[in-house]
Order: sequence, then structure tokens, then C-alpha cells
Amino acid sequence: MKEIIKLIINDEPYEVAVEPHRTLLEVLRETIDLTGTKKGCDLGSCGACTVLVDGKPILSCLTLALDAQGKKITTIEGVAKDGELDPLQRSFMEHGAIQCGFCTPGMILTSKAFLETNPHPTEEEVRKSISGNLCRCTGYKKIVEAILTTSQR
Amino acid sequence: MKKYATVGKREVNVDGFKKVLGTAKYIEDIYLPNMLHGKLFRSKLPHAKILKIDIEKAKRLPGVKAVVTADDAPKKRFYWLLSDQTVFAQEKVRYIGQPVAAVAATDLNIAEEAISLIEVEYEELPAVFSAKEAMQPGAPIIHEELKSYKTMVDGVIRYENVCTHIKIEQGDIEDGFKQADHIFENEFETQAAYVGYLEPHGVLANYEPDGKITVWANTQTPFATRWELADIFEIPMSKIRVIAPCIGGGFGGKTYMYLEPYGVLLSKISGKPVRIILDREEDIIDGRYRHPCNMKVKTGVKKDGAITARQFNLIYDAGAFACEGPGITRYGAVYCPGPYRTPNLKVDSYCVYTNKVPFSAYRGYGVPQSVFAGESQLDIIAKELGIDPLELRLKNAVKEGDLQPVLEHKMEGVAYMDTLNLVRKASNWGEKLAKNQGRGLASMIYTCGGFSSSATVKVNEDGSVILLTGATDIGQGSNTVLSQIVAEELGIELKNVFIVSADTETTPFDVGTFGDTCTHDAGNAVRLAAKDAKNQLLEHVSEMLEANVEDLIVEDGRIYVKGSPDKAKSIAEISLERHYFEGGPVVGRGTFLEKAPPQFRLVQGNTFPPSFSPSTFASQVAEVEVDPRTGKVSILNFYGAHDCGQPINIMNVEGQIEGAAAQGIGYALTEEIYFDKGKILNSDLLNYKMPTSVDIPNIVPMVPENYYPGGPFGAKGVGEPGLIPAAPAIANAIFDAVGVRITSLPITPEKILKALKAKNKEEG
Repeated sequence: MKEIIKLIINDEPYEVAVEPHRTLLEVLRETIDLTGTKKGCDLGSCGACTVLVDGKPILSCLTLALDAQGKKITTIEGVAKDGELDPLQRSFMEHGAIQCGFCTPGMILTSKAFLETNPHPTEEEVRKSISGNLCRCTGYKKIVEAILTTSQR
Repeated sequence: MKKYATVGKREVNVDGFKKVLGTAKYIEDIYLPNMLHGKLFRSKLPHAKILKIDIEKAKRLPGVKAVVTADDAPKKRFYWLLSDQTVFAQEKVRYIGQPVAAVAATDLNIAEEAISLIEVEYEELPAVFSAKEAMQPGAPIIHEELKSYKTMVDGVIRYENVCTHIKIEQGDIEDGFKQADHIFENEFETQAAYVGYLEPHGVLANYEPDGKITVWANTQTPFATRWELADIFEIPMSKIRVIAPCIGGGFGGKTYMYLEPYGVLLSKISGKPVRIILDREEDIIDGRYRHPCNMKVKTGVKKDGAITARQFNLIYDAGAFACEGPGITRYGAVYCPGPYRTPNLKVDSYCVYTNKVPFSAYRGYGVPQSVFAGESQLDIIAKELGIDPLELRLKNAVKEGDLQPVLEHKMEGVAYMDTLNLVRKASNWGEKLAKNQGRGLASMIYTCGGFSSSATVKVNEDGSVILLTGATDIGQGSNTVLSQIVAEELGIELKNVFIVSADTETTPFDVGTFGDTCTHDAGNAVRLAAKDAKNQLLEHVSEMLEANVEDLIVEDGRIYVKGSPDKAKSIAEISLERHYFEGGPVVGRGTFLEKAPPQFRLVQGNTFPPSFSPSTFASQVAEVEVDPRTGKVSILNFYGAHDCGQPINIMNVEGQIEGAAAQGIGYALTEEIYFDKGKILNSDLLNYKMPTSVDIPNIVPMVPENYYPGGPFGAKGVGEPGLIPAAPAIANAIFDAVGVRITSLPITPEKILKALKAKNKEEG
């Protein structure tokens, strides 16, 4: 039986009808058509589904859509502002930190939230912060470089 | 060192924008109106006759629009290397996870429920789970009709459960061993390793009422997929369109036709578009990934370390179907001797059916396995003889103009020794490390071409260009590299090249992205197309400027007369004139399939790849620390020097080396798919341990200066070699650190502790 819920995503209000068991990931991708958030495992083991809820990175595949009501949700689609790339997005591009791009939305959101809490991290701290986001293409090196460069700007 | 406008630069990925914005469309982001969701019903037994399939309850579930089995599907056997597969299991199932039926429903949950309502009656058959056992007389036969299966590559030796047996003989092996001062014999074992791309397999198929079929799929080989679909469904290829959208990683695991026939069939019967996306568990249970392998190596050397003879016995566990196995068996055999002069060689390489998930292509294609054996043994030899492992390799190394060790064609653009010198320098080779720390080295030779590709370059009225290529970008950045090659050839800015790729209807043929071939094969094709377009522009403007073509320079979007830079026309002006006033639009064509040179060894009467392919080289050094209490291995530093000719995009080349090395580190230390009588025990990413950001050190990629004359702007390839020497480099480093030789992968803490215990006991 579907329930009407109100979600605030990237500063926009959405009113949608969903079954109580639907995850935030499913609702974002299939009901609201924001497909930038990716489903890599649906089990919380890869980080591809990372979104920010009230500024904190969470795994949307393990979050019920119902539980995300009344909170500020940020997806990858909400990172660039007024057509301008976020410095992290620009840095990822310039450093070659993107190959297939599937981990990229989750990586950017995780590292964006991280840099808010730790604006001048060491390399070790950066590596630890993204250790919940798997990447199979890059070997992580250029991703870490992109995040460090952004923190130094 | 030539100076280029864009080749060799750190150009930003042309798809980077949409990937950071989250607007790049992958298969699971694409949907059509009224689309249904498909799901596959899979066998729970490893080897059994199918007696009865009951789909009635599934069909009656509200929301279910189609339920199909082998009765509804094409019966033809397929797969280009060895046609042993069918769409659904016919008569019997051969592995746990094999598709037996499929469902399409309005909702994914309904499809899943329908799957649970399908009932199948089986008669269990004896099964076999190890390749060695499957080779024994009396073992259960998995493919009774093996001899009748078609193959694209003739002369394949096959019998019983051996679907491919490759034999290589060079020189006189007995004489070679007689000449040796020392002979070493060792056995090695490697595991099943999952490809682990972050995006699972998927397909969206639309079978329209007029018979036109459109398929979107994250396949590395859209054209091969179209060919196979046309063949099994018996429709002309022109009625099938296969499009590869953005792909979330492939690494070989998304090679060839896979989910597409199910999508097409369900769409045909339901009359609606059908999308099937595998969940992670399915992608592991029925994925296509690295063959386990058992290897025996016997090497004879003189006391100064010169190799006199090498003999390899390689047994690849194929799983239940051949897939890329026959090719892998061949590559593993051809590249196992390494980049060394090997006067006498004997290789027997087998691909053996077992009742497990079919294994297939994964970065390195059989060579990470056989090189793990070959390179580990070289270090064993070095230690015994008291020779530095790097010096041992230098002593035997091939150089410019030498013959390829197995294929015997003359090699050009060889920088193998440079790779050794680069890692020697970067890793401070020879300098003492702390206790329990060690350094290890491994090298490899591989290939980077040999398949066909074609391209079209359309010059727009404003001088900007559209590049059409069949080459598939699987995330490795070919869209960027191919655009760069065209920009460089035409003398225009990279941002004025727009690339359209991997659509069988609109882009010209390309065999597919695999085997490290894209930059060399597709790169040559796009360069030829750009050259053709350039020549048309030059011919046209030579009249306008009253100059000979040879006296014209193409640069920065203009063509001018040598010595008189003001006597010029912009490409835009020329193109506009061609469009509207004279000559017709400028469309450049390029087609490429390299001709094999006259001296080129055939392995069992044929070549694979079909055409000649240039050689690439690499050396890697791992620096490790082993904790003797826990057995845990930390990689402190990792150096990879890769000869890839002239890099087209140095940032992409680094990315390939770094990414492949990370996969190699996982392969060496933590990754393994566990089987229990054909059942996979760890079909999720928590229990299949791929490296995270804290597990991989700062990898140092290096590229020696080199130029390969047969490649586009001197380029070869680099996608696969990054993985190949990693595991033996790490095994050799572990030996250097704590004196234990682990001969099976992955090198787990348990294995190290066990070996340390035995070593300590031995030493009293």
C-alpha cells in the first residue's frame, strides 16, 4: 500500500507515492528520475549509492525513503551550483580521477562532506575517508590527489 | 622527442563533465515507456538432466507478461571461439546459476516472485569440480557433443572434457635441458578471481512489431553481439541495432553477447521493451571472470643464469562453458616464457570443463596466471644461483630487432630493458630495507592489437569534426584518446572533435574493446579516416591557393603554403565551400586490419588474434612489509614501468597502470571466489575482498620514451599489462622480506603464517 511522502532533494520539494519498504536509492532513481546515484551492490558494501542527508554521507540503499522525510538530501545532481562545477568536480576532471565514472557520484559526495569537516587533511586521512567507496578502475591514486588538491585551494 | 599539439598531453576526459554531474547514462539509467523488468530463473544443481519445467503458476501471477524457457528460444549453439552455449540450458544444466527460464513483469518485485513460482524437476548427474579430476579417465563428461561444436579457429585439439589443448614446441626441449647446468621444477596454483566492475551487467531490448530490434547493453563488443544475435535468431544484421551506453567498467568481464538474447526474447513475446539488470549476487554467481589455473614449470639455466630451456604445463579450469577459454589458453601459452630469449620451449596448455560457472576474459587473458608461475620461478632460480633477480632478467632480455620469443616475428619499438632500468632506479633496487621488508620484481611481454576497426570523420561546415567509431569506451578513455588522434592529425583543437561511438547502426565496425587493442587498432583506423579527410581538404585547397599539396601545412585549423603563412584558408572555409559550392561534403574513411608479416609463427595452424600484433613490455617492483605475527602483507611502495610506445594521453596511461596494478594487488593478496561443490560461497562484495583506498599504496607509473612505428603516432597499448606482473612481483617481495615462497594465490596471511612456521621448524 503506497504512502505519500515529501522529500527535499537538492533544495527542491518532491511529493511521491511509495511503498514503505522502498529504499531512498530506489525512490531517487526510479520514482524521481535522479539516476546520478548508482546501485552497485544494494547491500551497503560498495558506496556507489552514497548521498548526503543533512550534510552527512549515508548509503541510500540501506535507508528507507520514509526515513529520509524532513531531511535535506543532496545527490550528485545538486553539487554543481548555477551551472558552475564544484571545485571537487573540477579537480576530479583535471586529475584524471574519473575512468568509468560509476563510483564518481558517491566519491564526490563522500569527499565533499569530508572536506567540510576536515578542510586540510593529510593523505592518510583522505584515504581513510573514502575507504567505504570502492573504485575498481583507478587504483584510488588520482582520486586522492584530486581531493587533496581541492583541500589545498 | 616530437612535439605534438595534443598527443602525449594530460587531456581531460571528454566524458568527464557528464560523469561528474551524474548525467552520464548507463544501462540502468535508460528506460523506455511501458518497459517491463526481466529476471532469470537459474539452476540450483551443478550437473543434472532437466526432466520437467512448470511455468504455469509463474505465468498466472498478475503483472507477469512473459515467461520463457528453452522451448521458446533459439536452439542454435553459439560463441565465436567454440560454439558450446545455448540461450537456455537444453536437456541438462551444467553449473549452479545457469539460466533455465526467464520472466518479464511490470515490476521487478513481481518478476522476482514469478521466478520463485517456477518449478523444475531434475535428475542429478555426477559432477566434477576440479580441472585435474575432469582430465582423468572415467570423469563425468560435461559436453558429450564437444567434437561436433563449430569453432572460428581451426585446428583446435579437443577431447572428453578438454575443450582446447594448445601445444607449442620450439627448438629441442630435451637437448635444451641437457645443456643446462641447473634444472628447476616448480608447481603453482591460482584462484578464480571476479572482475569486480562497479556496474553489474544489464540489457534493455526493444523488439518492435515490424521486426526491428534495438538493444542497449553494457557490452564491450556491440558488433560481435549483433552478429551473434542475428545468427541465433536468424534475422539479417541490418534489422538489429546494438548500442553500448556509458559503461561502468568492463575489464574483459563484459565481453561478447551475454544477457541480450533474454532481453530480445522477452521483448518479442511480451510485445514491450524489457530491461534486465543483474543484482550483484547474480553478477558473481553467473559472471564471467578469471580462470583458476594449475601450472608446472621446468626451466634449465646455465650457471651464469642464461636460460637454455623452459617447459610449461598449464591447466586452465574452464568452468561449464568455453567462452574466451580457448583464446586464454593460447595467450597463456604464448606469453608465459616472458620477455626473454628462450631457445628451447615446450608448452602444453589445456582448457578443461568443470561443473562451475564458466570463466572467461579478464584483464591479462590467461597471462597473469602463467606469468605468476614463470616469474616466481625466475626468482627461485636467481636465489639459488646467487644472482640478482634484475640482473638475471637483463641477461636474458629481448631487445630491439629480436624475434618475439614464441611467435618469432621481428620486434620493433622494444623498450623492455628500459622498463627494468626505470624500476631499478625508482625503487632504489639493491638498497637495504628494514627487517621483514622486501622488494620483488617481475616482468612481462604482451600484445596490443591484431583486430579490425574502421572509422568515419565528417568535417562540418564550420570546420569542427564528428568522429564515428565502432570502438567501445568501457571507462578506459578511448573516446578521449581517439578524439585526440583525430585532432592531432587534422591540426584542429581537441574541443572541436565530437565523438560518437559503439552504435552498430551509425558507427563503422570495430571488433570490440578487449585484448589491449583499442589504441593501436581503432587508433590507426581513426587516424586513417582523419588523414583521408585531410587529403580531401588539401586537394581542394591546393587549387584555391595555387600550390602543390606537398607544399601545404595543416595547423591550428588552417591550411597554408609553406613559407607563406598568409597564403591560407581555414578548414572551415574549405569545408563550407565543399558543402555548398564544389566537391561535396568532406567525409574521411579509415579501415584497419594489420597484415601479418611474412615470418610469423602460427600456433597450431592459425593465428589468434587474426592479424599481427605488436609487443608491449613491463616491469614492476613491489616493496612489502610482512607482519610475522599475523601474516599480513602491507604494500609500502609499488612501481610499474610500462613500454606502451608513445602515450597518446599520459594521464590515461597512468590511470591504466595504477588501476591495473590495484587489481593485481587484490589478485595477489585478498581476492578469491570460494566454491563448494560448484556452489559459490562468497557472492557479495563484503566477502569477496577487493582493495579499498587504504589497501593500495601510492603506485608510481613510469613510461620509457619509445615510439612504435606501426602505431598511431607511435602508440602501442597499456590497458592489460598493469595487472600481469603484480602478483609475482609481490610473491617475490614476500620471499625477499621473510624468506617464504608462496606458490599459490591469493597469498593470504594464513599461508604466510603456515610457511613461516614450517621454515622456523626446519631451521630448528
